[in-house]
Amino acid sequence: MTTSIETLSPAPAPVAVRSGRGWRRVAPVLGTVPFFGYVAVFLLIPTAIVVIGAFRSPGGGFTLSNITALGDSTVIDAFVSSVILSAVTAVIGAVFGGLLSYVLVTGRPGSMSRRVVTAACSVLAQFGGVMLAFAFTATLLTNGMVNDALQDWFGIATTGAYLYTVPGLILVYSYFQIPLMVIVFLPAVDGIRSQWREAAETLGGSTWVYWRRVAGPLLAPAFFGSMLLLFANSFSAYATAKALISQSNPIVPMQIAGAITNEVNVGHADLAKSLALGMVIIVAIVMWLYAKLQKSTSKWLG
Amino acid sequence: MRLPRIRVAVVAGVAALSMVVAACGSSGTDANTSNSSQSPESSSSAAPAESSSDTAAPAASSSEAPASVDAATATSADAFGGMDGLVAAAKKEGTLNVIALPPDWANYGAIIKAFSAKYGVTVNSQNPNGSSAEEIEAAKTNKGTDKAPDVFDLGPAVALASTDIFAPYKVQAWADIPDANKEATGLWFNDYTGVMSVGYNSTKYGEITSMNDLLNPKFKGTVALNGNPTQAGAAFSGFVMTALANGGTPDNMQPGIDFFTKMKAAGTFIPLDPTPATVASGQTGAVIDWSYNQLAAAQALQKQGVEWKTFVPNNAAVGSYYVQAINKDAPHPAAARLWEEFIYSADAQNLYMAGGAQPMLFEAMKKAGTLDAAAEKFLPKTTSPIIQLTPDQQKAASNFLNANWSKIAS
Repeated sequence: MTTSIETLSPAPAPVAVRSGRGWRRVAPVLGTVPFFGYVAVFLLIPTAIVVIGAFRSPGGGFTLSNITALGDSTVIDAFVSSVILSAVTAVIGAVFGGLLSYVLVTGRPGSMSRRVVTAACSVLAQFGGVMLAFAFTATLLTNGMVNDALQDWFGIATTGAYLYTVPGLILVYSYFQIPLMVIVFLPAVDGIRSQWREAAETLGGSTWVYWRRVAGPLLAPAFFGSMLLLFANSFSAYATAKALISQSNPIVPMQIAGAITNEVNVGHADLAKSLALGMVIIVAIVMWLYAKLQKSTSKWLG
Repeated sequence: MRLPRIRVAVVAGVAALSMVVAACGSSGTDANTSNSSQSPESSSSAAPAESSSDTAAPAASSSEAPASVDAATATSADAFGGMDGLVAAAKKEGTLNVIALPPDWANYGAIIKAFSAKYGVTVNSQNPNGSSAEEIEAAKTNKGTDKAPDVFDLGPAVALASTDIFAPYKVQAWADIPDANKEATGLWFNDYTGVMSVGYNSTKYGEITSMNDLLNPKFKGTVALNGNPTQAGAAFSGFVMTALANGGTPDNMQPGIDFFTKMKAAGTFIPLDPTPATVASGQTGAVIDWSYNQLAAAQALQKQGVEWKTFVPNNAAVGSYYVQAINKDAPHPAAARLWEEFIYSADAQNLYMAGGAQPMLFEAMKKAGTLDAAAEKFLPKTTSPIIQLTPDQQKAASNFLNANWSKIAS
């Protein structure tokens, strides 16, 4: 073994040096290959399949029927519900998460409470899907702890059936939206220096002026950016809603699943692709708004 | 300030990516996840043990039967030189892939076990809780692999739309299946039906006899329908039963919506899929479902000392025969054909009955004296003949539901 290494290693050395320069030029490009490969496999190809599939008839020809099917009242209702659900939970998450971030920052730096809250938020922001649905079921539904307590102590019988509706989902989604806001927004609030406030006060600015002229504009891009992130997070969520709502498809991701698995009204698998295309378009609009927002805020700050 | 903003932008971008992927994924990969998910709870886990007898041939994907017949094109057992030839060919294949057969549904757990024990063929039970549409999707996605389902058990709507992937086959008992219940060339044939019924916890709520009792406040938040009727066959039939029991006809489903609206107003209907767990916990105290599922619930609750009674509303005995068919690209074509022969044997038909399902060969077996009298008592008691919607009525009712159901369930 050792001899073979000794005999082999000196020989290719000059080659290695020569190709080293070329290697250095190629290496950064090679480094991006896994990224672009990943993007191609998990984003570009699926998107292409969805876009092409949305215009294909079951026989393979071109058709617009999947697109016109998006005008169906149940589909429109689902898009409206999805957008409202996402917007409302994004605003709730942004407002409460933003306030919580501010409270954490104004507290003593490195305090126990801050560490506990941020740790809890990192866990809860990822606490979605079937586990979350189960947690709410075990707490608020017919045999849930809260309902049992209400029944035992006050004789109030509730079923918690509101959890099976879109307004119920707002409550459930807020459970992961608020902590997510804290995680993504906290660093921005951390960037605010107390000296800026002191400077504003020294120059005679009131609290209102400080927030309107200094802290507000500085935090706005991060705040609205985070809010758009929350919107996207809730817009694409499926498992939580699916685990709670089983007898209708009020939101778009559930409509997509329904179009594929339907055994009563068959032959709508292609509708799933046009529904997915609709979601892609809405996300594109959100991202466009985000880009515009960034542009105008950089003008203020510039 | 700069760093956080960038970070948010990156996170937002990543979220957008993941979201698009999620959107695409749900249309493209759902089928994949469904057919590859071989549930550990499914009865398949029991099957290998059963088939460990020395009769199980070494895994051979070849479909060569003793007389070198092409099993994939055989349209009856005669092509194998009779049942013995078919059995030998199936044993040689060693494995059978079934899909969407819940072990507690129409006694499928026992039927799979019995098949495995009798012929020494390992049964691979995929995605036991899948829907009919997912069965077809699995066959298309896994075409050409040894994971594709060999046989289907489908709802009628999906079956009629998928005949291009079925292989024609006539079981030995072909003549005993009424003409209305089979496709003339053998592409598909009916196997069993349930009867829609209302099951309820009579220990807790006392005896009830009509659907109107479900409006009683004592049922608050506890009456459930098994599934989303715009999508699931069982729930659809449950809805049809509700319509018929309340003055509707196969062509007029409005009374069904009216009754669900009334239950919703009374606060008794809960839009939740009942499962053995929700029934056991008492969350769903009254359930509209197939008679065979009610029987399974009753047997499970008996152990807890709870009585689960069922009734079929007057003039509303709704049935819907399920459909057997063989995948024309079945990886185990001989085993697939043997499975169909087994399904139409007295053994399996009696097992359906013991599971509360009305077997296809009921009349023929009654004549031949092969009915298992002990199993017969598990059949639901009906006061009127079983009503099954025609494909046109089914379509009209499903369109009606599409337009009206969302008001009930949300």
